Amino acid sequence: MKAPPFQYHRPQTREELSALLSSLENAKILAGGQSLMPMMNLRVLAPEHLIDINRISDLAGIRETADGIEIGAMTRQADVLSSDIVKARIPLLIRALEHVGHIQTRARGTIGGSCCHLDPSAEQPAMCAALDAELIVTGPEGRRIVPISEWFEGLLQSALGEQEFLEAIRIKPWAKGHGYGFAEYARRHGDFAVAGGAAMIKAGNDGRITRAALLSFGVEASPRRLSDAEVALIGQPIDKLDIEPVVTEARALDAMEDVHVTAGYRRHLAGVLIRRALHEACTTLERQP
Amino acid sequence: MSGRLFGAAITRVEDARLLTGTGHYVDDIELPGMLHAAFVRANFAHGRIRSIDKGDALAMPGVVAIYTMDDFADIAQGPMPAMAPHPLLKTPITYHPLSDAEVRHVGEAIAIVLADNRANAEDAAAAVMLDVEYLPAVSDVVLARVANSPTTHSQYASNIAATMKAGFGDCSKVFAKADHVLTEHFDIHRGGCHAMECRGVVANIDLLTDALTISTSSQSPYMVRRHLAAYLKRDENGIRVMTPDVGGGFGPKANVYAEEFAVALAAIKIRRPVKWIEDRQEHFVATTQQRGQIWSLDVAFDNDGRMRAISGHCIHDNGAYAPYGLILPATAIASFPGPYALEALDLTVDVVLTNLVPTSPVRGACRPNVAFLLERLADRIARHLGIDRQDVRQRSFVKADQMPYTTGMKARDGSPISYDSGDYVGALNLVLEKIGASDFETRRKEAKRRGKLRGLGIASCVEDTGLGPFEGASIRVTPAGRVIVATGASSQGQGHRTAFAQIAADALGVELDDVTVETADTAKFPLGISTIASRIAVTAGSSVQLAADKVRAKAITFASHQLEVDEQDLELEAGAVHVKGIPDMKIKLSEIAGALAGSTGVPLPGNMEPDLAATAYFNSNALTFAYGANACEVEIDPETGDIRVVRYVVVHDCGKLINPLIVDGQIRGGVVHGIGNALFERMIYDEQGQPLTTTYGDYLLPMASEMPPIEIHHMETPSPRNPIGVKGAGEGGTIPAAACVISAVEDALGPNGPFISAHPISPQQVVQWLEVAR
Ligand SMILES: Cc1cc2nc3c(=O)[nH]c(=O)nc-3n(C[C@H](O)[C@H](O)[C@H](O)COP(=O)(O)OP(=O)(O)OC[C@H]3O[C@@H](n4cnc5c(N)ncnc54)[C@H](O)[C@@H]3O)c2cc1C
Repeated sequence: MKAPPFQYHRPQTREELSALLSSLENAKILAGGQSLMPMMNLRVLAPEHLIDINRISDLAGIRETADGIEIGAMTRQADVLSSDIVKARIPLLIRALEHVGHIQTRARGTIGGSCCHLDPSAEQPAMCAALDAELIVTGPEGRRIVPISEWFEGLLQSALGEQEFLEAIRIKPWAKGHGYGFAEYARRHGDFAVAGGAAMIKAGNDGRITRAALLSFGVEASPRRLSDAEVALIGQPIDKLDIEPVVTEARALDAMEDVHVTAGYRRHLAGVLIRRALHEACTTLERQP
Repeated sequence: MSGRLFGAAITRVEDARLLTGTGHYVDDIELPGMLHAAFVRANFAHGRIRSIDKGDALAMPGVVAIYTMDDFADIAQGPMPAMAPHPLLKTPITYHPLSDAEVRHVGEAIAIVLADNRANAEDAAAAVMLDVEYLPAVSDVVLARVANSPTTHSQYASNIAATMKAGFGDCSKVFAKADHVLTEHFDIHRGGCHAMECRGVVANIDLLTDALTISTSSQSPYMVRRHLAAYLKRDENGIRVMTPDVGGGFGPKANVYAEEFAVALAAIKIRRPVKWIEDRQEHFVATTQQRGQIWSLDVAFDNDGRMRAISGHCIHDNGAYAPYGLILPATAIASFPGPYALEALDLTVDVVLTNLVPTSPVRGACRPNVAFLLERLADRIARHLGIDRQDVRQRSFVKADQMPYTTGMKARDGSPISYDSGDYVGALNLVLEKIGASDFETRRKEAKRRGKLRGLGIASCVEDTGLGPFEGASIRVTPAGRVIVATGASSQGQGHRTAFAQIAADALGVELDDVTVETADTAKFPLGISTIASRIAVTAGSSVQLAADKVRAKAITFASHQLEVDEQDLELEAGAVHVKGIPDMKIKLSEIAGALAGSTGVPLPGNMEPDLAATAYFNSNALTFAYGANACEVEIDPETGDIRVVRYVVVHDCGKLINPLIVDGQIRGGVVHGIGNALFERMIYDEQGQPLTTTYGDYLLPMASEMPPIEIHHMETPSPRNPIGVKGAGEGGTIPAAACVISAVEDALGPNGPFISAHPISPQQVVQWLEVAR
């Protein structure tokens, strides 16, 4: 379990990084290494060049901008989890991050790494999908903004070009008082979830839902918004929600199977978990006065 | 047998070193000029190697040599010796150190690459080209047993390596007379082992003396020496085998492995030290695994629930080789009839070869399987008759006043097996009391209000411990007054250094700090068997006591001469022999040791034998039987199927406790192993014998976060069969644990739920069962 040979590069600036990316063949960016190093040690991946971006200091950090909250790609999961800004403005992300790996892996693993690696069960890209995040990407032609809906291109496959890197993730927080809920099922603490669900809702003075986001992850190859159910929730009274269509849509997903679970069980879980997430969103929702 | 230190809950003397990173494991060994080995391993389950092309690999950076079996022609050839020959195994089915052309499971070692570091060795191993004629493989043990199955070894006509039979009484008679007969089928999963430290070997040849030194992460260093000596046709005296700190063994490290031989052969050939450290990927495919078995059992019982007779058939998944003979299936047979007093028993075990890594004893060997079978049957009988589960057991168990109890089974030498002591019903009653079985229904209702299904499980076991033939120890007091205990029993983290020091310090009247324990170095103690089968406290522990008694007697004899006092008026205390009642009239052990070490020209008093030292062996001729009763509570989330063990209570009797902290640790770890077997660990292979769960992302080991608090209560019935009254404790936690958890899950699923006859079970299954039960 030793990685195959590679050349190691450690740029100090984004410019150096861009230069390396455009000049090197078969290169991989090294962020927290919590997915990449195991894959190299298992010899699943054998990049010729490893570009360590841990020294590019301005790739990490969380700040509020006019366009939303920007989380640098190199921000450690532990730092997102303990960020006061994120706690106050994007509480759903906090709920989800508590389920990402372990204290040790969160101390190294980055939000950007997770959003580039794209494990189907990864909570961070999934929450980005629930929150309609934008990904700020830099390449030879400069910077481009990719909406999260265009980011997922299949199993472990993002829209990032070969010579591009992810710079930051931008999230427009929902208004204060919105309801949020998260539920996942994993066999053991810190494991990748077998399936999960997230829900966000907003209600008007009349107690009727005005905005909803519903998402299942770990079920299909990429996280999936339940858009029909979202539409169906609009206008419903919060204390008399018809949850069945939500559950039905989740249970109709094209679920994956693996050596441990069948597609049928995953679909079943998708229904259970979206129901739990939506229940939780109803309890965290603060009624507008 | 209780003293100042014997029986005391003393923290382990090993821990400061091991917990602060100053332990010394095989991988910590660095020798000048040492090469690093990686193996070329099969990525197919069955095939014949036509040719091996090392060309490209040999030219890679850092590569020094690549050897296949042929390259060792001038040193040794042929299959490895059988560790435990068995008359039913007509030809031993052992590995070659490197494959002899036909490969029989994924992971089998084909060639060894030596390089300046491990990374380069792995790079080259990946570049060695194999030309292979693929042969049909079989991974399912049931399919492997049928007549037209592909054979695991192409030279054999069948995969049935042996058929073992055992029993007593006349089953057909008892079945005819009994009120009820039921038939059940069981499927017990194979599972892996996963000691924290994988295997590892460093071999070194002394260029002047040609002596071979091996450091290996092993439970059986003396077996490694013996078999290597036979294979290499060298005298044992020219081979030194040591075990440095070993990070867990649990059974698989009791085998003598092909890699140990291959590394030794490579070191002899290249005449440089060679190190090989097994990585976790290799561990999944090359270290022996647990105990897959398929059983069908008929059980005869009466209206009151009394179990009377069992007849059964087992298909035992042996894997591709039998390095340890039939030891593993034999333990299944030996575990019957457990705590049950049966009138008749009739067992047949087919030992079946598959194209998978071999199975060999892992913590409990097949005892956990048999506890699962017997305890499941007891629950099944209770359900069939509509009576309490404990009633079946109370009516069927061997009673305390029947001890010693002759079970009807025979030991390997043909002598009748008899349980030495114990109170099985008492243990069950105690565990039910401790878990609060009488008010369990209140807890079930409270859980129901939270949307959870709560269940109570019970399981008991009897465990044969202290397997012979012997272990030994020597004790020497140095002129500085240090007590050096050396034993052939190797240690894998069980706290032997502490326990043996407690025994020796008590006997010699010294403090724990005055004692150094050295384990398993063939240069320091001549003989040893293996640290397996919960046998070391009985065998090595007793021999430490016997050796210490001899040293003590010698010290008293010396003091008697010196002080001119009768021997019976002397005692040992505070590092000295003194006259009873006159502490000042004394002579220190260090002075005695100094005097017995001799001074030029001065005769020893009373013409005593020199050296304040003695060696003793304890022959363990009759097994000692530990036992336990467990109870646990689980909670099930009926929506996800999630199963959580929320309470676990153990009542355990392993005779006298040398150190309750150590025993608690053994039991707690053992229970965790059993919970892993019941709920988590599944080693999945496809039909072609390809392993599909070879990382810890896919193979679920139980983790602390999923474990309940484990409460332990000891009963202490001294064994009459050894001088210190102990029984083994290393496996008793594991043996009933899977049965106990499954019993609780079944109880939680309710009267419409299934009879659970397999493990591990999964949340997905729970959801399916609940759908059916609805
Ligand atoms: C024991 C364990 C448990 C885990 N459990 C979970 C879990 O429950 N949920 C979960 O979501 N994850 C889990 N993970 C994965 C973890 O969250 C990883 O941190 C994450 O998947 C990758 O982030 P990283 O910073 O470590 O990236 P790396 O491993 O360094 O990189 C991952 C991939 O992303 C690319 N990459 C990284 N950063 C950039 C960038 N800025 N621009 C372009 N490409 C980039 C790399 O080239 C690589 O292909 C677990 C990991 C471990 C070891």
